[in-house]
Amino acid sequence: MTEPILRVQDLRTQFFTSRGVVHAVDGVSFHVDPGETVAVVGESGCGKTITALSILRLVPEPGRIVSGKILFKNRDIVEMDGDEVRNYRGNDVAMIFQDPMTSLNPVTKVGAQIKEAMTAHDRFTPVEAAQRVVPLLKRVRVPAAERRISDYPHQFSGGMRQRAMIAMGLANEPSLLIADEPTTALDVTVQAQVIQLLKQLNRELGTAIILITHNTALVASMCERVIVMYAGRVVEEGPVERIFARPEHPYTWSLLRSVPRVDEARKGRLVSIRGLPPDLVRLPPGCKFHPRCLFKVDRCLKEEPELEEVAPDQQARCWVKMSTVSEETRTAAQASEVAFDVAAEIKKRMRSDAKI
Amino acid sequence: MAGGQAAAATQVAQAPADRSIVRVENVVKHYPAAGGAVVQAVAGVSLDIRRGETLGLVGESGCGKSTLARLITALQPVTSGRVIFKGQDLSRLRGRRLRRVRREMQIIFQDPFASLDPRMTVGDIIAEPLDNFGLARGKERRTRVQELLRLVGLNPNFTNRYPHEFSGGQRQRIGIARALSVSPSFIVCDEPVSALDVSIQAQIINLLQDLQKEFQLTYLFIAHDLAVVRHLSVMYLGKVVEIADRVDIYEHSQHPYTKALLSSIPVPDPLIERGREPMLIKGEIPSPVNPPSGCRFHTRCPIARVPGVCSEVEPELEPHGHRDQEAACHFAGEV
Repeated sequence: MTEPILRVQDLRTQFFTSRGVVHAVDGVSFHVDPGETVAVVGESGCGKTITALSILRLVPEPGRIVSGKILFKNRDIVEMDGDEVRNYRGNDVAMIFQDPMTSLNPVTKVGAQIKEAMTAHDRFTPVEAAQRVVPLLKRVRVPAAERRISDYPHQFSGGMRQRAMIAMGLANEPSLLIADEPTTALDVTVQAQVIQLLKQLNRELGTAIILITHNTALVASMCERVIVMYAGRVVEEGPVERIFARPEHPYTWSLLRSVPRVDEARKGRLVSIRGLPPDLVRLPPGCKFHPRCLFKVDRCLKEEPELEEVAPDQQARCWVKMSTVSEETRTAAQASEVAFDVAAEIKKRMRSDAKI
Repeated sequence: MAGGQAAAATQVAQAPADRSIVRVENVVKHYPAAGGAVVQAVAGVSLDIRRGETLGLVGESGCGKSTLARLITALQPVTSGRVIFKGQDLSRLRGRRLRRVRREMQIIFQDPFASLDPRMTVGDIIAEPLDNFGLARGKERRTRVQELLRLVGLNPNFTNRYPHEFSGGQRQRIGIARALSVSPSFIVCDEPVSALDVSIQAQIINLLQDLQKEFQLTYLFIAHDLAVVRHLSVMYLGKVVEIADRVDIYEHSQHPYTKALLSSIPVPDPLIERGREPMLIKGEIPSPVNPPSGCRFHTRCPIARVPGVCSEVEPELEPHGHRDQEAACHFAGEV
């Protein structure tokens, strides 16, 4: 078996605010193998981005990694000093963000920014770095790269900016690339171009990718393994095919059925996850998903389940597990929410309003 | 077709079999741009929206879909062409008759954070259209607001709260209650879920569907994702390039742009995704100030004959493929 390049062990990252301690990442463990594509999915506020920022040691104030280990090629990132972290960030791991406009410097030419990313980490001399800029932009398919290096970011379109960000991320040949919602701000046709590019880079350069997203279709299209997070925890994990075919956690199941599919004539209703994610300052007792869970039992209210093996390579944190839930119970969970008694009243009004 | 006949009066002749509630006839909208240039935001669009149905309008940003929605709801005047709502030509309506039509057409906006006034209470937000049209006052106004809150799944005692006390999904429910307050028959949903978290999107889509069934509403649903609608029109650079049922369009799209757009949207099924290479289109949407000659898609089209018919002659929407399916392409169905 290959040795993972990244192992996160019982990571806890907390924010110390006036409201109290925000448990943003609350005991997360997972690994990434070399060249692997792993998705981290969940709603906003479930801890995906803070997990990524922890891996880069970029947790903003007033947040702090309070315990746990992040082993990159067996070196613990949490214990590194400032110089070591800088060296690691530039050369071993890179991150691309959702909005390329806010991550690029608006007053520096694109070529100069990419060059700076290389010289800042002492991997290349200024001369070498300058020579690498155009090939890098070509690698991420920026047309007329020779000319475009002297453009400013605002002269690039959204898709081109994201390509420039990816070029910058790849400048020092990292073995791990973290992409945080890299296509959310882009149109679908441009999104497809960027996803295609990330897939190619993964194949050609062997760069492992952690894709952070709430878009389950993107996960299906580019990842091998998926980690589902809820309330700062991993609630399910496994190979993409397996999780999409047989999710065991009700949260994963609902998430997968909450999106309409373009390739299917819709029969039933979408599964909606009622309510909101919990307040990370005052987490509910028992399973953190139980207030929104359609299939909970008494035990879920009191005891929190552990992440346990439910099938080969698949783990879930649930007392119930979807494989034990009957088809009728699943269907009943999709009932209408409209208050039909008021609907009748409103209909009467509509008829009289129509005459005005 | 009734559209060809000149109608002097506001009332447009309608065949009895005509089930359409909104008819858009060759509508054009130009905006002035810097240096005397003209932005051709909508460049001759014709559509039919049938009673009780949802028509989806899809396309990339800048294709003119939101402008078209503003023309249909009479928020902006057309440069040429006409919009006919329940048999009445909107550009000829004034005063009371225009107000009456406006009451029947409501909009649900994309961003529930920007579309609710932060200084108004939820009760006043929902009742504002009622006040505007003088539909209810005093106790009746209060009763109506509470009913609407319950209808959209919110607590009826929330009338004195302010928008900031609500989550994105709850705010969108408030926006829906506001739109329903004046008993509309036609609602434009302008990307109503794209600003919401995934899990909340399903709540709102289900609610909109339930309300449509309950009140026989007609929707124009603007989206960049087309999975939520049955009938749809695909727009590119101010033009409709294809019209069809979603299932037909998915399996047998006739226009290369539709095909590319569809193949760009991944499906949440790894078994399908593994075997699929998306048909990528080059580059990004050109500027509507200076659109390409001939077929507007020819600069990005994988099958365009350039130079040739595609760069010289603008294709018209014509029947291709399945029943009710139309495409504007010289080589429809050849991808």
